[in-house]
Amino acid sequence: MPIRNVAHRLTPDQIQKNMADIAPAMSVEDATAEASRCLFCFDAPCTRACPTHINVPEFIKRLATRNIVGAARTILDANILGASCARACPTEVLCEGACVYNLEKAPPIQIGRLQRYATDPIVMTGKQVLPLAPDNGKRVSVVGAGPGGLAASAELRRLGYKVTCYDAQDKPGGLNTFGIAPYKMTNEEALLEAEYIRKMGVEFVLKARVGTDVPLSQLEAQSDAIVLAVGLGGTSKLGLSGEELDGVCGATEFIEEVRRDPTRVVLGRRIIVVGAGNTSIDAATEAKRLGAETVTIVYRRSEKEKGCYDYEYNLAKKDGVVFHWLVNPVRVVGVAGAVSALECIRMRLGPPDASGRPAPEPIAGSEFALPCDMLIKSTGQEKRVGFFKAISGVDVKGGRVVVNEGYRTGNPKYFAVGDCVNGGKEVVNAAAEAKKAAAAIHRALFGPAAIPVPQPGPRLAKPAVHPPMPF
Amino acid sequence: MVDLTSNLAGIKSPNPFWLASAPPTNSAYQVMKAFDLGWGGAVWKTIGEPIVNVSSRYSSVNYKNFRMMGLNNIELITDRPLEENLHELREVKRYYPDRALIASLMVESTREAWHTVVKQVEDCGVDGLELNFGCPHGMSERGMGAAVGQVPEYTCQIVEWVKQVARTPVIVKLTPNISNITYPAMAAQGAGCDAISLINTINSITGIDLDTFEPRPKVRGKSSHGGYCGPAVKPIALNLLATLTTNPKFNRPVSGIGGIENWQDAVEFLLLGATNVQVCTAVMHYGFRIIDELTAGLTAWMEQKGFRTLDDFRGKSVPRIVDWGDLDLNYKIIAKIDPKKCIGCQLCYIACEDGAHQSIALNPDPNVRVPVVLNDVCVGCNLCSLVCPVDGCITMTEVDNKKPQTSWRQWQAKLAASKGAAVAAPAHGSHNAP
Repeated sequence: MPIRNVAHRLTPDQIQKNMADIAPAMSVEDATAEASRCLFCFDAPCTRACPTHINVPEFIKRLATRNIVGAARTILDANILGASCARACPTEVLCEGACVYNLEKAPPIQIGRLQRYATDPIVMTGKQVLPLAPDNGKRVSVVGAGPGGLAASAELRRLGYKVTCYDAQDKPGGLNTFGIAPYKMTNEEALLEAEYIRKMGVEFVLKARVGTDVPLSQLEAQSDAIVLAVGLGGTSKLGLSGEELDGVCGATEFIEEVRRDPTRVVLGRRIIVVGAGNTSIDAATEAKRLGAETVTIVYRRSEKEKGCYDYEYNLAKKDGVVFHWLVNPVRVVGVAGAVSALECIRMRLGPPDASGRPAPEPIAGSEFALPCDMLIKSTGQEKRVGFFKAISGVDVKGGRVVVNEGYRTGNPKYFAVGDCVNGGKEVVNAAAEAKKAAAAIHRALFGPAAIPVPQPGPRLAKPAVHPPMPF
Repeated sequence: MVDLTSNLAGIKSPNPFWLASAPPTNSAYQVMKAFDLGWGGAVWKTIGEPIVNVSSRYSSVNYKNFRMMGLNNIELITDRPLEENLHELREVKRYYPDRALIASLMVESTREAWHTVVKQVEDCGVDGLELNFGCPHGMSERGMGAAVGQVPEYTCQIVEWVKQVARTPVIVKLTPNISNITYPAMAAQGAGCDAISLINTINSITGIDLDTFEPRPKVRGKSSHGGYCGPAVKPIALNLLATLTTNPKFNRPVSGIGGIENWQDAVEFLLLGATNVQVCTAVMHYGFRIIDELTAGLTAWMEQKGFRTLDDFRGKSVPRIVDWGDLDLNYKIIAKIDPKKCIGCQLCYIACEDGAHQSIALNPDPNVRVPVVLNDVCVGCNLCSLVCPVDGCITMTEVDNKKPQTSWRQWQAKLAASKGAAVAAPAHGSHNAP
């Protein structure tokens, strides 16, 4: 990709330093002290806030008594992707955001880091801590080895299924391997987590695109159920002229390039990222940490409507990323086939649109050009509508696969989880959906009582009211 | 202007904070350093026949993020030659004449041995003697320490021997490893001691290594019960102190010992009638420098309360310790949760529901995490307010039930009067024993 002004490439050492873990592993003292701080809330808000409802106080109490295997078991039993969620979760809006300490104006328990402390020694070493049900004779195919596919495969394996998981990529993990900022999770960690699930007995078939390399008919013939966890497609087009110029790329593609080998990424000196979602932030901070001189985010709405979490926003600001609010691109400008500037127009907020947010409207005559050497598009990902059309009965609405509460599609053999269902959420959402889908498959194939629900035993009435004094 | 000077049976010190007889008072080097930093007095590490100590001597109990909540030791009395100790006592007294210097003593139970050692240390100019009848490990196996303190007759005998020759005040240090502290205390008083100090350490095994099965502290794979001290033992010490100070027949000053780490702890001992306090574990944890915090905190509190001398508040809480049978059965409090302070941990709910009296319910609105006290069934036990992590969120508020103050004893009396069936109040009050 010829770029007009190539940024000075940092040394591998410097890159490694810039991409170092932003939430490093805890020491035993730190973890034990932090775990001891947990209040052990009843019906804990952190557990409620977690889409997979990890029993957070329980795992933390186990850490406080140095029962690390027990802590990992609590986490992985609820969420088999506990190790990657410990890194990738937006904890400040989930468990840590719900921590009651926030209401006491005290720092919340560092649940994410404690979860990593608990799961790393298990997941990264392949130590199996969850019991597997004996082979139940049924077979499930899972399409996609990203977070949703990995979690579904593992949960089904735990229930005794023979599971084959297909992925078009050369490595498993999906966005965990190719789509998360390296300072949150390394390739090695993402792959070790997938390896953990392989060791549970899940068979992976990689470099195999279902629908082309592997026909759906084959999957249908060999499976009692099929789970679609295909995620989303490539970065959406902006629909602007000049978009095909050299130096213009999509955020997910850019991040994948960084994930594959950050030392080989060719960067422009001045970079513009279009969009202000969490993926935009990842792309922007990665570009900055790899040596881009300036990284500017342009977003057509205001700061208030931005899609990224505050934590991500602050991370980008700390990295020196510049934000241009209420600015919409209108045309990509190039010189000799390579991008040289982004022509923009200023916007103002009007009455609310369909999303309920004030609709941005262009201000006539406010056009201006922002010079750049590289343009990263980050306004969302395309939906894999074509793929779903090939499966009879599977409905797609607004780009999302339609499923019931058990994540079953209109075709009873097919279940679907993850980004292709929820439109693009967190790893933890995919894990939660996968767990529900696995349970639904189990009930569908083995009857409603296949997953027993514990029932309370008998109770006598509470004692009578404390007797009053006789005088 | 606050005056912190203290006077225990004639032994004066510029403040009520003494170092207890223990490793921090093992040498002149340590005691002189402590005096420079402001300690009011020091009770020398117990002097007696030379002994040999074991290696690995202390072990502790940690509680969550707090290290050494309780400390255990199997160290014996001084292992330094008598002549060295005597020389150093003399030097310390020479350089620090205004501080209280007490010799702690433990020798074999013969009149000659006690007479000899008393004369030897008094010749060095010490301000008083503390007879160690409390050490619960090692020395007790040789008929000394707690072996004396646990038998009132022995206590009486040795105090009598000491008093035959002592020219300075005699303090008797008692062991808590006894079912009723009143007996040895009254024996010591009867034999003419000038003061009591309590408590010595409590028999303990602090824990076991779960990998090797060795109890701690480990001495070549084995251990022995040791003496427990530190913050964990303070409530036990306060109770034993109150057992003596609430007894009308007991009339000796008490030097309070047991888990004193800060000025609040010291004030509590004084409020229950101690004349001064002795500190050890806190110094073993943080060093002599804590004396600043102790004196500054005590001074500030006295200024705030308008007390000029220690005597102004000493013993103020003693009359408030009574037998259970004299507590008002008609006093009624119930819990009140401040929804503005509540952070929604719901610990009060589960503690009451599972651990107490099922008097707190979850909020009927599932979106509100502030639990609800069931006023009709709340027995006022305090548990919810104890587990609540927010200061002042749960308060126990009095309910005026329009009933007259009535204790169990009064109730029994009324029953007896009304029905003619006398129900005698058993005379089980611990402090009434001898």
